[in-house]
Amino acid sequence: MTRAPERSRPAPPTPSPAQAVGRPLDRVDGPAKTAGLARYTADHHVPDLAHAALVHATVARGRITGLDTADAEAVGGVLAVLTHHNAPRMTPPAPVSALDLSTLAPGTTVDYLNTDRVHWNGQPVAVVVADSPDTARQAARLVRVTYEVEPAVTDFAAAQDDAVPLRGTLLVLGEERTGDAERALATAPVVVDHRYTTPAQSHHAMEPHATVAVWNGDRLTVHEGSQDVDWARRHLARRFGVPLAGVRVLSPHVGGGFGGKAPVWAGTVLTVLAARATGRAVRMVLSREDVIRTVGGRTPTVQRVALGAQRDGTLTALLHTGVSQVGRVGGTPEPVGSQSRHLYAAPHIWIRHSTTTLDVLPTAHMRAPGEAVGTFALESAVDELAVALGMDPVELRMRNEPDRDPLDGKRFSRRDLRAAYARGAERFGWAERTPSPRSMRDGHWLVGRGVATAFHLPVRLPADVTVRLRADGTVLVRCAFHEIGVGAATAQTQVAADALGVPVEAVTVEHGDTELPVGPQAGGSGQTASVATALLEACEELKRSVLALARRSPSSPLRGRRLSELRAGRGGLYRADAPDRGETYGVILTRAGRAEIEVRTAAGTRLGRTLQQARAAAGWFRDRRRWVRAVTGAHFCEVRVDEHTGEVRVSRWLGVFDVGRVVNPKTATSQLRGGIVMGIGAALSEETLVDPRTGRTVNPGLAEYHVPVQADLPRIEVDYLDEPDPTTPLGLLGVGEVGITGVAAAVANAVHHATGVRVRDLPVTLDRLL
Amino acid sequence: MRPFTYLSAPDVTTALRAIATEPGARLLAGGTNLVDLMRQDVERPTTVVDISTLPLDEVQELPAGGLRIGALVRNSRLAAHPAVRSRYPVLSQAVLSGASGQLRNMATVGGNLLQRTRCPYFADGTAACNKRDPGSGCAAIGGFHRGSAVLGTSEHCIATHPSDMAVALVALDAVVEVQSLRGTRRIPLAELHVLPGDTPDVETALDPDELVTAVELPALPVAASSRYRKVRDRASFAFALVSVAAAMEVADGTVTAARLALGGVAARPWRAHLAERALVGAPATEEDFRRAATAELATAVGRPQNAFKIELARRTVVATLHQLTTEGGAA
Repeated sequence: MTRAPERSRPAPPTPSPAQAVGRPLDRVDGPAKTAGLARYTADHHVPDLAHAALVHATVARGRITGLDTADAEAVGGVLAVLTHHNAPRMTPPAPVSALDLSTLAPGTTVDYLNTDRVHWNGQPVAVVVADSPDTARQAARLVRVTYEVEPAVTDFAAAQDDAVPLRGTLLVLGEERTGDAERALATAPVVVDHRYTTPAQSHHAMEPHATVAVWNGDRLTVHEGSQDVDWARRHLARRFGVPLAGVRVLSPHVGGGFGGKAPVWAGTVLTVLAARATGRAVRMVLSREDVIRTVGGRTPTVQRVALGAQRDGTLTALLHTGVSQVGRVGGTPEPVGSQSRHLYAAPHIWIRHSTTTLDVLPTAHMRAPGEAVGTFALESAVDELAVALGMDPVELRMRNEPDRDPLDGKRFSRRDLRAAYARGAERFGWAERTPSPRSMRDGHWLVGRGVATAFHLPVRLPADVTVRLRADGTVLVRCAFHEIGVGAATAQTQVAADALGVPVEAVTVEHGDTELPVGPQAGGSGQTASVATALLEACEELKRSVLALARRSPSSPLRGRRLSELRAGRGGLYRADAPDRGETYGVILTRAGRAEIEVRTAAGTRLGRTLQQARAAAGWFRDRRRWVRAVTGAHFCEVRVDEHTGEVRVSRWLGVFDVGRVVNPKTATSQLRGGIVMGIGAALSEETLVDPRTGRTVNPGLAEYHVPVQADLPRIEVDYLDEPDPTTPLGLLGVGEVGITGVAAAVANAVHHATGVRVRDLPVTLDRLL
Repeated sequence: MRPFTYLSAPDVTTALRAIATEPGARLLAGGTNLVDLMRQDVERPTTVVDISTLPLDEVQELPAGGLRIGALVRNSRLAAHPAVRSRYPVLSQAVLSGASGQLRNMATVGGNLLQRTRCPYFADGTAACNKRDPGSGCAAIGGFHRGSAVLGTSEHCIATHPSDMAVALVALDAVVEVQSLRGTRRIPLAELHVLPGDTPDVETALDPDELVTAVELPALPVAASSRYRKVRDRASFAFALVSVAAAMEVADGTVTAARLALGGVAARPWRAHLAERALVGAPATEEDFRRAATAELATAVGRPQNAFKIELARRTVVATLHQLTTEGGAA
């Protein structure tokens, strides 16, 4: 529900010291990581380890006509050169089905090394296995491949005209409309109608993709930097035709994912294949170039946003269409209109998505797919409308802040963007901004300030959790969720500690291993809330079991009590009405002769899991019919632009977010700040350059693909409303992706304010400002 | 990377003998560029001659007032050297604007001069590149060339020389001392790098058997009032789109001495003689600075993605010279 900013609101309750949720605790994995003890995939040494390297196709489309591997095989230390001539056969990937989301696991449909077809410039066409990584790489250079080249579509700009509108499905956002946006535009007194473009972007997580594969008969153990170990396990079991139970994927620490480690890409499959073929344990650590050529990134987009408004700023029409690219052999469309369905109270809205198909590496999800680039277009257009109306851009947004979802009138589970903007404007000193472009300067720096709205729809996924309570008062939480650097284990430690009333030090969390109960993917900003939901259920169940034990004892002060009459705290259960009456878990378990007690959510059986998934899916659809559950935020940005050279420097940043309850302000702030940094990179410098003549990426490394360096970043301030969502357990929503959304628009809007130049094509490089 | 023979040269003569007798030999100093190119299979030396321990790492005062900088002086040390900072601030600033602290700790003066272009097609063995593979063509023309050259290009190559240090050195009339088994000779830095013409694979005036042993800076009073301005896509750790090394003296509103060079615009650090001639004797006004820059850039040829460099160079020259007149040469 929206509320007027001037209406006073009760301050969020300050958590009591006993409460762990809401406290900025240090990460539980901090000491191991700072001491270099945390083992990432590439750190795994196993006996008799061999190393693999990829050979990439150098044409965009065609057929392999010749493979000369003699020179590579002659290199001392080379164990095998695998090609489609000699590689073991695999089962092709399963067709995508909404009933089994793990069918989304493969990043492409290519049957690597089981086919002579080439589908993109960079597709792996051979793998060299050797006794050292250097030897493997050197030999990979010596593999000579000849092709019968076929015509290829590799130029996104030229292929836009062939874009096909998408039909909406459970997994894909298609077309949505209310009213008649085009007619409303035609009659609107004030209209802005522009085309915006965003470039392709590549995944550059700190840790490149890496895999260690060990076969033992038909049993397979894989160490893998993964955002979805369950997908990886299921996909590998299928491809290699072995029982699911025999495949174990371990991923305890992941050096960043951003969506790029959710699918299973060629490197993973081919490492396992290489191990199968050679009978050796094999490790492959992708080079930066390997990552860029085999791991899908964000599609380029071209978008049109048209806004119609009354002279007082009331929106009458909102049109947002976008074209994104997919590969011929896979890829995910970018739902750029996602936020435009929910952000503004226009009576006439038309959202449409189209895709065009290219012979390039399939696109994939990258942090806030859809909103990250969709907000650039929408929030730039809103700024352009504010300029056209002579209105303050914050005031224009607040004038059009909806009470209910603009498309279908659903309620928002919570939404207080007004409060976020009000707090942000005050903290940032927005009122000091003089509205005219080029009206603020500091020496030769033109100073500009801009705002933009952040928006994201966190997902909710099923999770299996076990919780084990021991007589010594310690707790073990087990769930195969993923620590991709965000503090996931720390957050669940806090949730469990509060739910059971034990100190955080008593809680250990195991994660990132398919031997554990199945967890959710680290994606869609949903992992923390999804696991926490299951964990809270399990803790309730655990307390019921403990109480049942206590009630058997005539001497227990809990005898005859119901759980609802008790509070968990001080390492046990105590009466709410008489807090000194109760017992520690240790006393209860010891008296019952139990060393430990464990509960798990969901059945461990296949049927149990199917039922649980069905229940979760039904709940999700029910929720989706009832309300829009979204996180929002207000970005305030100041840039300085050199009046001579057009160099842009971001000099101040404040983001105020409405993300529900915050479990750990320290790690959540880091995540939101990281999103803002990534957004600044997208705004100012990031761009994957694909040569339209060849379909080949010409900047496959961090030297030429410019992410922000420290000197590009100001101090980034992050603030929250920190109010619980009333529809979720603990009031959690999700913080992983919302940070990046709106950032590029805030920068471009500030650049316009500084210079008077409107840049509608990312990145905002200085040549666009000369 | 391909296997190679590694030779650690105990003295200069050994190094000279190795490069004189082995056509596939390459010299290794800091290794910050050579090793990358070997990993990319662009450089394929049969022998790597490690010269990093040779006694060429001194900065010495010259009797006539200049400095002699050993070819193996690390970039970090050069930038921090008190004489460089006080008498040639443009050089210190240029070095510090390049690469990162870690790279500057490794990179040497000689290696910096002889580093290769960062044109992406040069580094990609599958692309046409007349510099890497003579006669194969130039993929940058008609491809991605936003960072490419606008001065002194040819239809065969539009690559730039990436060094910042060299831009300052060429403005300072530096001279390069080179040795071979045949003897020692001195080459003005302005003549060390050659324009591509129809042989872009020939990048310098050095013969294959020659080793850069030192760079000499003449006494140059105007250099005390000098600046380096680098314009790039991010605040640090990026190559120049355009850079300007400038030194200037002004008396009674008139320019009495000027040294000017441009980086990021050509296959060599571009000494702007035409602009210098226009500046000296003219009033020290922005209008005159612009006129001088325009004279230098008259022959510049822009292509669709890099034409902006011409205007950017003009503006950066004007802004840098203006800053020199108003704020002097302090960093």
